[in-house]
Formats: sequence, structure tokens, C-alpha cells
Amino acid sequence: MNSIDKNPVAAAPSTVVVREAAAPRPRWQVLLIRPETVTLILLVVATIVASRLSPFFADLGFILESSTYYIEFAIVALVLTLVIISGEIDLSPAAQMALSACLFGTAFKAGLPIPVAMGVSLLAGLVMGAFNGFLVTVLRLPSIIVTIGTLILYRGLAQVLAGDKSIGGLPSWFVGIDYRMVGIVPVPVLVFVAASIALGLFLGITIYGRQIYQIGTSEIAAIHAGIRVRRIKMGLFIASGITSSIAGLMVASRLGSVRYDLASGAELTMVLIVMLGGTYIFGGRGSILGTFLAAWLLVIIATGMTVANIAINAQLTVMGLLLIVSIIMTNAIYARSQR
Amino acid sequence: MTELRPLVSARGISKSFGGVEVLRNVDLDLLPGEVHALLGENGAGKSTFAKILAGVHRPTRGTIELGGKLVEIGSPIGAQRLGITLIHQEPISFPDLSVAENLVIGQVGGKPLGRVRWAELAKEARRLMGLLNVPIDVTVPMRGLSIADQQMVEIARALASDSRLIIMDEPTAALTPKEVETLFGIVRRLREEGRTIIFISHRLEEVRAICDRVTIFRDGDKIETAATTNLTDADIIRRMIGRPVADYLHRGVGHVGDVALSVRALTLPGRFENINFDVRKGEIVGLGGLVGAGRTDVARAIFGVAPAASGVIEIDGKPVTIHEPTDAIGLGIALVSEDRAIAGIFRSLSVETNITAAVPKQIAPNGIIRRAVEKRLAQQSVEKLRIRLATVRQPIGELSGGNQQKAILARWLLAEPDILILDEPTRGIDIGVKAEFYDMIGELAAGGRAILLISSELPELLALSDRILVMSEGKLTADIPRAEASQEAIMHAAVPRTGRHTVSGAAA
Repeated sequence: MNSIDKNPVAAAPSTVVVREAAAPRPRWQVLLIRPETVTLILLVVATIVASRLSPFFADLGFILESSTYYIEFAIVALVLTLVIISGEIDLSPAAQMALSACLFGTAFKAGLPIPVAMGVSLLAGLVMGAFNGFLVTVLRLPSIIVTIGTLILYRGLAQVLAGDKSIGGLPSWFVGIDYRMVGIVPVPVLVFVAASIALGLFLGITIYGRQIYQIGTSEIAAIHAGIRVRRIKMGLFIASGITSSIAGLMVASRLGSVRYDLASGAELTMVLIVMLGGTYIFGGRGSILGTFLAAWLLVIIATGMTVANIAINAQLTVMGLLLIVSIIMTNAIYARSQR
Repeated sequence: MTELRPLVSARGISKSFGGVEVLRNVDLDLLPGEVHALLGENGAGKSTFAKILAGVHRPTRGTIELGGKLVEIGSPIGAQRLGITLIHQEPISFPDLSVAENLVIGQVGGKPLGRVRWAELAKEARRLMGLLNVPIDVTVPMRGLSIADQQMVEIARALASDSRLIIMDEPTAALTPKEVETLFGIVRRLREEGRTIIFISHRLEEVRAICDRVTIFRDGDKIETAATTNLTDADIIRRMIGRPVADYLHRGVGHVGDVALSVRALTLPGRFENINFDVRKGEIVGLGGLVGAGRTDVARAIFGVAPAASGVIEIDGKPVTIHEPTDAIGLGIALVSEDRAIAGIFRSLSVETNITAAVPKQIAPNGIIRRAVEKRLAQQSVEKLRIRLATVRQPIGELSGGNQQKAILARWLLAEPDILILDEPTRGIDIGVKAEFYDMIGELAAGGRAILLISSELPELLALSDRILVMSEGKLTADIPRAEASQEAIMHAAVPRTGRHTVSGAAA
């Protein structure tokens, strides 16, 4: 390397200057400015407010008991989180819950033993999820339209199958999963916690989780990097179907009977939970932790309002406002980190 | 000459992104009626400076005076109101709207509920396109236009808004020589009208042809502003890179082995037909031609992004089927795509994640990601390719274009491909980093890899290729050995004999 002779630019050094790496954003800031943090703060605030509203509220056992009404949807919301991070959406899980539960009821009525009937239900979940996945990944249709279509289709099939009556008479050992406790924790809550940990690890430390984020960030780049985009999306839709059928069976056990309108309208609750947890609706960002916290936020708010004797209509208003606020926060945070 | 009052005077402009300072204390005056070049390596800060003037970014520190008055440029629309227009590197337009509609987008004025006067709109659009002397039908959708024509529409839009300062960020990157001439004619006329033009380009001959003064950036600092005539090319390059340039254009004769990739009668109707060629181990085969000749489509077909309808691809003499990129990667093929922003990077994800995206087996042998392995691979790549960044955990979108491109190349080098397809690997990359890329490409070939290099830059093709294939309108029109290759020979084969693209002069 010969130095530059007679360099007229005195200020410029004559060798390459490798710039000192600037310090990245401080860690506390990275941690604080995350959608999950917002969810956590809301959760704390909601708990404090609810305890002020009613003295009964501050009982953990009571909260856990009340949570069983929402926990099935929260379990599905965990899988929905993965679907949304991958850049797709699935609006059909509630209908899948109904159809697979009705299939279970019908199979039981037809004389099949309960375990076989449960197998039928799970198989139905797999088929329904695969059908969604086929329409999205093979025919390349937008998932929002596809799953609105199948949400109506699956609910319609459930109605054809079960008619207007509820199918009951399930054996007593099957009924009442929400009354089985481990300590003070009802079994469905345990299932939710276990599923949260499992999916959180799946998303956080496995290569598949990483690829889900990559697909959601840029599907075209993911294809070019050799990621099997269609296979992974197909897997997610199937997982959504199977999880929905498990959730449907849990509802059947809790209610002791099934009807075609089981979990009616619950797709919105599921989306609400995922959004409250800070998952980005356009994909690529979000976490299971957020969805986990959001599920409890929903439980606290709904239970708190019921305890405080707030009418069901007003509860809907609060939920709607919450959803909008959470989307504004999430967007603001992501826009900030985008620069 | 009388002392001109500057149109723009920027003082002490600094800008940081995510903790990395990309501009430091830049002072710059722009005179009315001058064409001013901004030069520098990628990441030197020239585009950032231009974007600050255009209201895309706000400076962290510093002031800007426009016509003697202190101004705050808060947004692109604010810049437009002040008479500043930025013409983007890649035309940003609305592909489904007509040319005429695109021309009026972003213009101030008009009533919110006013009726659109289509006839007047078309008339005004035709007038504007007439000024540029380019025959474009203003009623067709933008989608149908070539990149060059889209660029012309962008320029017409700047004219329509009657701007005092027009910033052109690499306007010639996608243009043919003739189109560049047309553009220069327009730039000269704008200068005569007393407008100021900022011209960002990596091509020194263009800067020399059109620019009155140049300002050179390096590592976020302004190094010098001088009249173009006072600097030689060597002066400019030395100031840009701060070190002497290696003679990268000389490559030793590499060892060429057996045929690695062979393509027979490859056809995708509407894109390319009956493509036949071989690439041997250790050989760099150039693929030249005009933009839109079908070169990228052939690359995408081989890599399985958009497979061919018929024909055979052979690897090491054995026919293979490639339905999707995963198949191609499994066969040892890698493609560095032309469109880095869309098909290359995961913008919001970390550099580390981006670099290891194509080697899941290496970072997660049993499905679980080994952070330490991943970090080591990423760090090694960063050092080897000299990627400039703050930390491998920062989002790749925060890096400059050249460093993003290095990261994408790093991704494919980790996959250790036998066959490497490079589609415009140095587009929009400055001379210093280009030299690094050329060295790396040479080394890869010397290591026994078969390389297919697609490039629109003739000197690049000539310098690197052992053999040059030329495509024109979807057909292979020439296979020129290194000894016989020349710019004339390539252009001769690249220009279609019949049809609308006929270029007079140089190519004939």
C-alpha cells in the first residue's frame, strides 16, 4: 500500500477508516418498547381496576374458574398467532370447532365408543385444515377470503349434521373437564399453559419458527432462500384445524352436549386475543408470550366487568375499543422500529 | 462571473439511523442552474443527504436554507411545496393507473370533490411527455412500460411540478445509452432554465458528461466539492475510497473443468425460447443483453422460481427436475437475485438471520437453532466480506445497499454452491465495493465453481467473463469467446434486428 502523495484534501486520512461500530439501542429500551410490554401493562392495570370494582375479584381461584369460558379460544389463538405471523389468517377455527364437535356427537350417538368418536373429530380437524391449506397454498387464493368461505361452509355443514337440537347424553367421565382440578388450576387452563410453553419454544428456538417469521416478513425472499413456504403454511393450517377440533371437544366436555352454534362468533374473540398480544396483522412480527398475556387480559376484563355488573352490550364496546387501541399501539411501535 | 447566491445552503447536516451515524456535519451549497454530482461509495451518505433535502428523512442536526430563507423540510410533500423533487432510483409509480394519472399524482392543487377532467389531463400529460421528446402513449397503464420509460414519466412528473431543485438518484441505472442521451438533453435544458439538479450516479463518464461540480462523500463525511474539470477520474476514485484502486480488471486464466450446468432447448413461452448453453467448472460465463431480453427469466427458470415449460437442465451431465428453489439449492445451485429489496433481504430481521437463511441444516442440525453457531457463521461472513454494520443483530434494512448485497452474497456462500448465478450483482454499487465483488467472483471461479453472470454493464462482462452469451428478445443470439469479445460485438447481438427497440449508431 503506497500512501497518496500530495493529497490536497488535508482533512481526509489516507488509509481506509473502518468506522467504530456505533452502540446499538440500549437493552432496556429494546425490552420496554415491545407490544408484549404494552399487553403486560394493560393486564396489570386491568387487574387493579377490577379488584377495586369488586372485592370478590381478588380471588385467584375465582379468576381461574371464570377463565374456562375463554380458555378454549385462547388455545386456538396460540396457533392462530403462528398463522398470522406467517402472513396469513384463519377465520374458520370457531366453525371447525363446531363441525368437529358435532361430528363427535353424531359418531357417539351412532354407537361408536368415545375414543373412536374423538378420533373422528380430530381427523375432521385435519381434513378441514388441509382443505383451507389447499385453497391457500395450491390454488393461491387469499386466506382471508378462503377462510371466510370455509367458516360459513363448516358452520353450515355442522347445522346440516346436527340440525337444531343439541346432542347430549355424553358419559359422565367425559363431561366436566373444567371441574377437574390440579390443585386450584382447572385442567383446560393447564392445557393452555402447556400449549403456550410448547408453541413458544417452537416459535422461539426451532428453525421452523424462524422460517415462519421469515415467510411473514417477505414471502418472495423466503421462496428465493429455499424455504418451503407452501409446506410450512399447509402445516400451519392443518395445525389450526386439529387444535380447533381439540378445543371443540373441550367445549363439548364443558357443556356436556354439542350444538351447531357452538363457539358461534368466537373467531373474533380469537383474533382479538392475537391482536391484543401485539402480533402484527401483516405478518413477520408477534409472539406467543403476547398472546398468552392477552388471553389473561381478556379473562380479567370480561370477568371484572361481569363482577362489576356491567351489561354485556357495554362489555362488547370495551372489547372493541381495546382492540383498536392495541392495533394503534402495535403499529406505532413497529413503525418506530422500522426506521 | 458574478458571485451567485446559492439556491440551497446546508450547514452542519448530520443524520443517525439506529445509532449508526451515516452523515456527519455536512456543509454544502448548491447554485442555481448547476448540475451537481454527489459521489461516494454505498453507505457514504450521498443518498441520505439527497433524501434529507427531499424531505424523506429529517436531519438529526443541522440547518437548510432555501433561497436565503431557513426552511424545515418535514415531508416529501413539504419538499414538493418548496419546489424540491426527488426522482427515485427505482421508479415508484402506480402500475395499474395510466401514465397520465401517474403524472399528476402528488401534485398540489385540485378540489377534493372536483371532477377529473380526463381530456385535459391527457392533453397536459401529452404536453409534458412532448417536452421530453419521448413517444409514450399516456393512456396506457404504467405496468406496460419499460423501466426506462417509467423513469421518463418520473422525470416528466418533476417537470410538471415546476421544481427549482430536482434530485435524480441513479437515474441512468436501467437506461440504454440512447435513453441516457435523451435524459442528458433534458437535464441540459433544465439547467438552462436555471433549475438546480442533483445527479447521483456511479458512472464517472456520465458525471463528466453532464455535471458542473461534484461533491464527494466518504463514510458520512463530505470530502470535497470541486468543479468537475478540476478532477481526474483517478482523483475522484481516490477520494471516494481513500485508497489506491487495485487493477481488478485483470483476471488470470482460471482452470476450466467439466461441464457443471447444461441447458437444452429451455423454453417458457412469452419469456424465452430454445435456450442452449453450458457452464463449466471454474468458468465465468457472462450473459449480456438489453434489459427485458429474458436473461433474468432464464435465471429464475434454472433456479426454480418460475420453471420453464419445456427443455432440459443437466447438472454434471445428469438431467434434473427443478420445481422450486429448494430443489435447485439441493442440487448445489445458488441465485443472487436482481431484485434485492423484494427477493433478497428480510428487511426487518437481523443481519444474522438474513445471512443464515439458506442454510437451516447448518444452524439447526436437529431443528433447534444453535445461536452460537449462527452467530459465528454470521460474524465470519461479516469479516470475510467486510460488511459494514454496528452489530449482526441489527435489522438488515438499516444497512446501505452495498452492504445488504454483501450479506446476500454471504448467505449463498455459506450454502457452498457448485453453480452460482449472479443477476446484476453490482447494480447500484460503488466502485470500491464493486472491486471487492469482482475479486470475490474471480476467487469463487478459481475455486472450481461454475458462474453464470448476468450484467448490463459491458465493461463488467468483458472484464470478468471467460465467455459471453448474449440474449435478445428471448433468444440466445451470440456465444462470444473472451478473445473476440468487445462492447461492439455484444451490442451487435443484443440489439433486436426488427421491432421498436432498434437503436441507431453505435450498435450497427
